[in-house]
Amino acid sequence: MTDATSAGAAPRPARSSSILEQDARTRKRNAAESRFKMYGIAAIGIGIFFLCVLLFAIVRNGIPAFTQTFITAEIALPGDRLDKTGNRDPEEMAKVSTFGYKPVIVDGLVRALEDAGIEIPFEDKADVEKMISAAAPAQVRDTVLANPELVGQTVEFRFLASSRVDGYEKGRVTRGDLARDKNLDAEHLDVVDAMKDAGMLERTFNWDFIFGADASESRPEQAGIGVAMLGSFFMMLVVLALALPIGVAASIYLEEFAPKNRWTDLIEVNISNLAAVPSIVFGILGLAVFIQIAHLPQSAPLVGGLVLTLMTLPTVIISTRASLKAVPPSIRDAALGVGASKMQSTFHHVLPLAMPGILTGTIIGLAQALGETAPLLLIGMVGYIASNYPDGVVSGFMDPNSAMPAQIYEWAKRADPAYYERAWGGIIILLCFLMTMNIIAIILRRRFERRW
Amino acid sequence: MSASMLLLIVLALAAIGFILGRVRALSSAGGDSRHLHSLPSYYGWNVALWTMVPALLVLLIWLVAQPLLIERSVTQLIPEDSYAGPGELSLIMSDVRRVAEGLDLAVAARQMSADEAAALSDPEGLRGTLGALGVALGSEIEPTTLAAAQRYRVLNATGTMVRNILVIALALAGFALAWMRTNADFRARNTVEKGVLLLLIGAASVAILTTVGIILSLIFNTVEFFRLYPARDFFFGTTWSPSFGGGSELGILPLLWGTLYISFIALAVAVPIGLFAAIYLSEYASPRVRGTVKPALEVLAGIPTIVYGLFALLTVGPLLVNVFGSGGVLGVDWMGGATSVMTAGLVMGIMLIPFVSSLSDDIINAVPQSMRDGSLGLGATKSETIKQVVFPAALPGIVGAILLAASRAIGETMIVVLGAGAAARLSLNPFEAMTTVTAKIVSQLTGDADFASPEALVAFALGMTLFVITLCLNIFALWIVRKYREQYE
Repeated sequence: MTDATSAGAAPRPARSSSILEQDARTRKRNAAESRFKMYGIAAIGIGIFFLCVLLFAIVRNGIPAFTQTFITAEIALPGDRLDKTGNRDPEEMAKVSTFGYKPVIVDGLVRALEDAGIEIPFEDKADVEKMISAAAPAQVRDTVLANPELVGQTVEFRFLASSRVDGYEKGRVTRGDLARDKNLDAEHLDVVDAMKDAGMLERTFNWDFIFGADASESRPEQAGIGVAMLGSFFMMLVVLALALPIGVAASIYLEEFAPKNRWTDLIEVNISNLAAVPSIVFGILGLAVFIQIAHLPQSAPLVGGLVLTLMTLPTVIISTRASLKAVPPSIRDAALGVGASKMQSTFHHVLPLAMPGILTGTIIGLAQALGETAPLLLIGMVGYIASNYPDGVVSGFMDPNSAMPAQIYEWAKRADPAYYERAWGGIIILLCFLMTMNIIAIILRRRFERRW
Repeated sequence: MSASMLLLIVLALAAIGFILGRVRALSSAGGDSRHLHSLPSYYGWNVALWTMVPALLVLLIWLVAQPLLIERSVTQLIPEDSYAGPGELSLIMSDVRRVAEGLDLAVAARQMSADEAAALSDPEGLRGTLGALGVALGSEIEPTTLAAAQRYRVLNATGTMVRNILVIALALAGFALAWMRTNADFRARNTVEKGVLLLLIGAASVAILTTVGIILSLIFNTVEFFRLYPARDFFFGTTWSPSFGGGSELGILPLLWGTLYISFIALAVAVPIGLFAAIYLSEYASPRVRGTVKPALEVLAGIPTIVYGLFALLTVGPLLVNVFGSGGVLGVDWMGGATSVMTAGLVMGIMLIPFVSSLSDDIINAVPQSMRDGSLGLGATKSETIKQVVFPAALPGIVGAILLAASRAIGETMIVVLGAGAAARLSLNPFEAMTTVTAKIVSQLTGDADFASPEALVAFALGMTLFVITLCLNIFALWIVRKYREQYE
């Protein structure tokens, strides 16, 4: 049948041409055929091309976030400035604020540069502080307060380089960019190059980005996604604890017990419609019901989890129903035949057989919830600087926190371009989680799916 | 006694009930479970359910209702001339709650005795005391606020006590009733299964409750908004310039225009690519190609929208500026900044490709093979078969898929928040920044939302509009798709 068509149109008796030779019309039709096929290939090509561009952009822009530039220097900690009474009493020493530590660091850094034989080309030597992160004084202060005996000694510290220096190391900031930048001058970069040659400056893997807390707007080099990751984790716990039992119960009812009536129809229409409602509408619902009426705390992972549960439920229900439907009726009949009640046949036989499918659907629903941002914007999970780890399980659920996608959005909105790199890096981490979840779902499906 | 403690007590009672019910059933059958109507554990479950379910139901309702009722009764204590609008009232009420909680804390921390706290009617110095306990108050406490707080405490204490007694009494009553009824002939399985069925029905109704919740929360706030701002100006106004100081113009038309324009561009990208991809995959591709390309395209659907948003803002936007901006490759100065209708539309189109392609793929596959065979048998080429037989047959379903994609595009938030810009304008230039309904919902409700001003409430009216539009599209599309499936089943 197909052979006949691929050999061209059937020859008409009126024409004298041979069937081995294509006439003009056939050639035209065949050309149209291959053109049409090319459109399809082109469409797929464009789709795959977009996918590649997207992945390439993510990886290229995000990978630098996983390394960070550090400056190592030996800092003398003078007793007369950091501990005036000389008692080495942490409570008294705590009176010296981070401002008191700044000159100490500048002095130490200038001396370290001189020791290494690096010339400082700018007039005000205090300008060296522009090369290290604004977090450095707090770092030294915390070390000193934790161990007062260090005062009077010379201690080696590993400081975060400032975001501009870090950007220069990664090739993000060029000398041309710095002409208009008040945070760093080209002269600093000469020092940076010299420090690199002297081994004072190095770029290493940045664990703090993965496990650290978010930092304020002026310190992008310090920001990490760890706290937001915990926020997402607690939200996923809420979603799992609510969406799985409610979703499974609802599907069992609809698939096994529900009579065909108006009420059931209404529920069905509702579920398929809820699956297509824009996610931001769920955010409005969460804001109005959980925060405006129930006075639950804003920005809490509990509220985020509740909103995402409502959003994920349709996904879980739809996939659970599909896997319940896939269990053949003979299983039910056999159970009923040996005297089980309908409830027993469902819970003892149908449900265990459908479990792999249900879990697959649940994991995919969770992955969807993990990446969702819009509803979280409305319940206040954005704009909050997630700088503290929760103290425990209750605080993990109830205290304000961010979530991974919300944190990425927050970084994308900040003015400093150094945060863009963090946002892309955060996306890599988020996608790693999603990929793992999807792979688990695929493995579950492959291993346990049964064909009846 | 806190609610969680109460919960634990009820659960413990239920556990005891399970054991005792089982034992009683077995002993009534003389220790031989064959004489029982149901399996022994059903008798246990029967008692446990009777203990647990009514008590927990009451507890749940009480937990929701008590704060609402107390709030209402305490609000009446605040003199009406001390606040200007609902916004100030809610501030006063949150002060009242904080003072009441602070007093409870003070009693718990033994800073004052319970009697002292209850008798306190002079707010002098109270702010300092509470501040030391970590309860921060914005301003000095008014005597009326303190009085209301005292009333709040009294009501709360009474309510909690009544709740505790009622819940435990209910649990015990359920326990006793079920336990008394337990004997060998009692049909425990039927009762338990009826109970479980009710639980299942309840779970299925959560979907309805969600929809009802969405509609109610939108309607109440929308009505509130239209009381403050005329509906005609909202629906037909052509300027959008909210200012929280008052005198804002909140016309939806520029936002709708931006939404539709971006969605149109997105569909113009996604529909041809998605449709041709679906046709190729279902009609031409070998199983191996199909097995690799289809999942690869579906990866696009699994990527979170925030990623697309960032991609639009930081990659596609600057790229378009390099081409269409001033000093760009084309030498035209059409585009000012990275955010524009084109940026958002293009990226949204990429996001929708797999959505269109997998839905259309399903629909094309549902066209019966016999129709293709008939056409091929008459001598049509494959592309002629697709264009003249398969596609027309699948058309209603494909229209449904496109409508679903359109509803997605209209409701999409993150891409437009990051990629489309913030300026509301009515313009035809696709390289200009415009804004959408969803982006404005976000910007009006993020931050310290005071739900009394029309500038915040307008977000609910926008949400209502969005909900109604997408609901109509969804229902229509789902109806078409279902109708189409029935046609060939």
